[in-house]
Amino acid sequence: MSFPLLTATAAVPAIGAIVTAAVPAARRTAAKWLALFFSLVTLVLAVLIGVRFAPGGDRYQLTESHSWIADFGVRYELGVDGIGVALIGLTALLIPFVLLAGWHDADPQETGSKRWRPTQGFFALILMVEAMVILSFEATDVFLFYILFEAMLIPMYFLIGGFGDRAHAGSDEKAAAQRSYAAVKFLLYNLVGGLIMLAAVIGLYVVAGNFSLQEIAAARASGELQMATSTERWLFLGFFFAFAVKAPLWPLHTWLPNAMGEATAPVAVLITAVVDKVGTFAMLRFCLQLFPEASKWATPAILVLALISIVYGALLAVGQRDIKRLVAYASISHFGFIIMGIFAMTSQGQSGATLYMVNHGVSTAALMLVAGFLISRRGSRLIADYGGVQKVAPVLAGTFLVGSLATLSLPGLAPFVSEFLVLVGTFARYPAIGIIATFGIVLAALYSLVLYQRTMTGPVKPEVSAMPDLKVRELVVVAPLIALLIFLGVYPKPVTDLVNPAVGHTLSDVHEKDPKPEVEAAK
Amino acid sequence: MENLIALLVAAPLLGAAVLLCGGRRLDRTGHWIGTLLAVASFAVGVLLFTDMLGKDAEHRALHQALFSWIPVEGFQADVAFQLDQLSMTFVLLITGVGSLIHIYSIGYMEHDERRRRFFGYLNLFLAAMLLLVIADNYLLLYVGWEGVGLASYLLIGFWQHKPSAATAAKKAFLVNRVGDMGLSIAIMLMFTTFGTFAFGPVLESVGDTGEGKLTAIGLMLLLAACGKSAQVPLQSWLGDAMEGPTPVSALIHAATMVTAGVYLITRSGAIFNAAPDAQLAVVIVGAVTLIFGAIVGCAKDDIKKALAGSTMSQIGYMILAAGLGPIGYAFAIMHLVTHGFFKAGLFLGAGSVMHGMNDEVDMRKYGGLRKYMPVTFVTFGLGYLAIIGFPGLSGFWSKDKIIEAAFAYDDGIRGWIFGGVALLGAGITAFYMTRVMIMTFFGEKRWQPDESGNEPHPHESPKSMTIPMIVLAFGSVFAGGLFSLNESFVKWLEPVTQFEHPHPVISVPAITASTVVVLLLGAGLAYLMYGRKPVPVTAPRGSLLTRAARRDLLQDDFNHVVLVRGGEHLTRSLVYVDHTVVDGVVNGTAAGFGGLSGRLRKLQNGFARSYAVSMFGGTAILIAATLLMRAV
Repeated sequence: MSFPLLTATAAVPAIGAIVTAAVPAARRTAAKWLALFFSLVTLVLAVLIGVRFAPGGDRYQLTESHSWIADFGVRYELGVDGIGVALIGLTALLIPFVLLAGWHDADPQETGSKRWRPTQGFFALILMVEAMVILSFEATDVFLFYILFEAMLIPMYFLIGGFGDRAHAGSDEKAAAQRSYAAVKFLLYNLVGGLIMLAAVIGLYVVAGNFSLQEIAAARASGELQMATSTERWLFLGFFFAFAVKAPLWPLHTWLPNAMGEATAPVAVLITAVVDKVGTFAMLRFCLQLFPEASKWATPAILVLALISIVYGALLAVGQRDIKRLVAYASISHFGFIIMGIFAMTSQGQSGATLYMVNHGVSTAALMLVAGFLISRRGSRLIADYGGVQKVAPVLAGTFLVGSLATLSLPGLAPFVSEFLVLVGTFARYPAIGIIATFGIVLAALYSLVLYQRTMTGPVKPEVSAMPDLKVRELVVVAPLIALLIFLGVYPKPVTDLVNPAVGHTLSDVHEKDPKPEVEAAK
Repeated sequence: MENLIALLVAAPLLGAAVLLCGGRRLDRTGHWIGTLLAVASFAVGVLLFTDMLGKDAEHRALHQALFSWIPVEGFQADVAFQLDQLSMTFVLLITGVGSLIHIYSIGYMEHDERRRRFFGYLNLFLAAMLLLVIADNYLLLYVGWEGVGLASYLLIGFWQHKPSAATAAKKAFLVNRVGDMGLSIAIMLMFTTFGTFAFGPVLESVGDTGEGKLTAIGLMLLLAACGKSAQVPLQSWLGDAMEGPTPVSALIHAATMVTAGVYLITRSGAIFNAAPDAQLAVVIVGAVTLIFGAIVGCAKDDIKKALAGSTMSQIGYMILAAGLGPIGYAFAIMHLVTHGFFKAGLFLGAGSVMHGMNDEVDMRKYGGLRKYMPVTFVTFGLGYLAIIGFPGLSGFWSKDKIIEAAFAYDDGIRGWIFGGVALLGAGITAFYMTRVMIMTFFGEKRWQPDESGNEPHPHESPKSMTIPMIVLAFGSVFAGGLFSLNESFVKWLEPVTQFEHPHPVISVPAITASTVVVLLLGAGLAYLMYGRKPVPVTAPRGSLLTRAARRDLLQDDFNHVVLVRGGEHLTRSLVYVDHTVVDGVVNGTAAGFGGLSGRLRKLQNGFARSYAVSMFGGTAILIAATLLMRAV
């Protein structure tokens, strides 16, 4: 038996979480370095997955399979396709930056916190989330995936509710109440989605007799496993609802601004750049593969919801007064693009959507983490409390601008490639929807540049006049992310090469072919 | 030879990277690095140009493929360059004028503590603009297209501490984004129609599709051109863009970037040739803008804004010519090049005046400056004669040809209309430019000490500033004539743009004669109004038209009321709706299932933890039960 690379990649951060949590209370710094060490080992393993994975080879590679709950046919079954590899890479890459950015976020406050070893807990929880997210990108057993999908809510809940942003208006009690509200809202939304999915998972078992994604998909493709149209549709809806809450898709999005606003910036990145990707990833992997006909049946409605997300999210971002909530609504708009790309059912749309997941992760991390550095300096999340930062902290302002430009999908930076692919892929099949979605690029420029203008330009506000520029630790976080945004904008081929074959498989699952160009079709 | 093409972009790009990431230690040498790399790019351009001249006309185009950019099933976008006569013309203009303006900025920005960054942005602009004109496909062109938008954004807002500069920068980017929508949609249409968006394959297979598709593509390209080239209805950003340092106005907002729309239309000539309706739209936009810009130019007292109106108007001429098809493309580009010389020269002259006048921009506070700044006066004066089309100077050769071509639009009424508009524009040009000339350099001095008692002491600018002005003045005087010898410019471009001789509705000598008459009328009227009696220091109230023109013919007011105010109301009400209705409905629906909202309300009373724990307990029990089933 070969080395279980996939299990190892998820196990390392899980072990790291336990080890970090076990570090004695006084050795806070040691715990931080330990956590960072484990996250870097995970990154090495993720890179190894990328090296070992052969694009154009079998659909699922590096597979592992063990019996788990034999009576239900539940198996511990892992395997990755190119999409999984890309997203594992994104997760493993972002976590070290999240840890570094949050280096002091959980230090005990001067007032004396009574929390039980908060620092160790903070770092351990982040690693725990990483482990579960990575494993969920690897799981090819539906039940195993469901367990992970639900279980990752637990550490996320504590991260949001237990470690809030210290920059808040009003009293500590009020802030704590808001934080609890945000954490519970996050939990309830996702649990409700998860419970509906559980029903669908059980339903799937009743119909198919096992939980293996590969077996069910093969049986569906060969015609061995027939489903009544209505059954397929109900099951699809059950799965899709859970993923749409997590993604999040309009109108199920309202938990995200609360969660991202109240959490610390690194945790906000964890939510939107990493955890939410499980939702869109699962749409591609489970909805389209298991329920191809129902997916096509639901496509028009989903495209309309995605389009609403794009425009609505962007308009709300324009209207925000809180920096972090603005980024949250921008993300809602971007998730609209991802979902639109998936359901456009074209190679460009789905490759673009996958690439979008990666690029959105990097660009949001860059923007949000710099925003976090900014907020921690001034102690306020309100846009109106800033002004003229560019003059006193030019490097901070410069990196913030690059993050904003990535958010508005400037050509030359990574998000442009994916956004254009999604637009062109959608336009090829649904011209009207593609054209309306292009309004998103104007609105994105509006909210990004307005944010930059109000915080960074103009006369220097007295409260920011003594603001220090980025420290070395902060530069170490931001510079690689910016380098990556430029690299993937100029040379996205390494990622597209990974993703293209997987997208080809998915399209053949749903029996769709790309529309031919008019000139070629005429010949 | 073709391997050198990438160097054109690489040199200034390297400069931008070094200057912007290099930090303070480069503060003392940064401007030299930036200038050197701009000149290096120009040298590569000249080398490629001489090589190109050595080949026969049909075999001059070079191609360089670097790497596959976005390889996705059915979608191929490459980083590849194409250098033909049209691109070459732009390369020389961009790097040539660009280098001059780098040199000028060394002196102009001497006292700015952020001079290094300024040169970094200028280099970034050169790289992006060169990429725009040498890309071999529309998507890579798009990268350059937005790249120049970014450079323009950064440079307009260079003095970010001024709220007006920051607002102007944002406005320019946003208005351009509206145009970018057009470019995006055009590329998407090309992709679904032709399966590609590389220039060669698209332009060759134009005949394989219907006119409807081509018209749609053409109109979308026109929308893009309107944004970048400040044409009606997307012209509103250009006047505000004058908030940037004056060398920026010269390079980006007069000589090069704003002409990108003309390049786009000329490059896509095959599409427009096959879509007469789109062509008509192009001509109408050009005709409307050339009058619009000229009227605005007549009313402005700010010297830079008057020149900005003029830029808009002159680009209107180019767009109009580009819409005329093979009878106009070559003249559009020729006017673009000569305009690049004289408008850059005029802006640099304006900058020189401001430099000597404590950054005063109001022409009503100038007067009689010819005595204090002789070099500026002479170079500006030659630029003035060139732009109004004084016989023999550059503008005469290029603008006259456009007027002729406009009269040749068709045999009927349209030829008369468009020709007449172009002719009328020439008259207004002579009027507003004579007004600028008189108010700045003639008459009595009108400046006074400001509140703190500082009186400007106008003086000639340093050599680093005057030499570029002199070089550009040479171009303003001789370029047009040189290009027209043996129709050399037209023949140079013909392999790319095609050429047909225009057949105007009236004879060519008659057109030339009327152009000169109109010119004299415009200039004479300006002399009567501003040269014969002293110019008041505070502007008179003016007629309704003057007052509207001062406010850019009320477009900003319209935008403010409809887009800004309307948008604010929309987003505010949406924020409210999201908080109450969407959130409420979803929570409420869920409450129907599980009493969710009641529990949510309890949270406020501090039940959060206990509630969460109970939820986890539930999940844990669920998992435990499942595991237990296995044992049974």
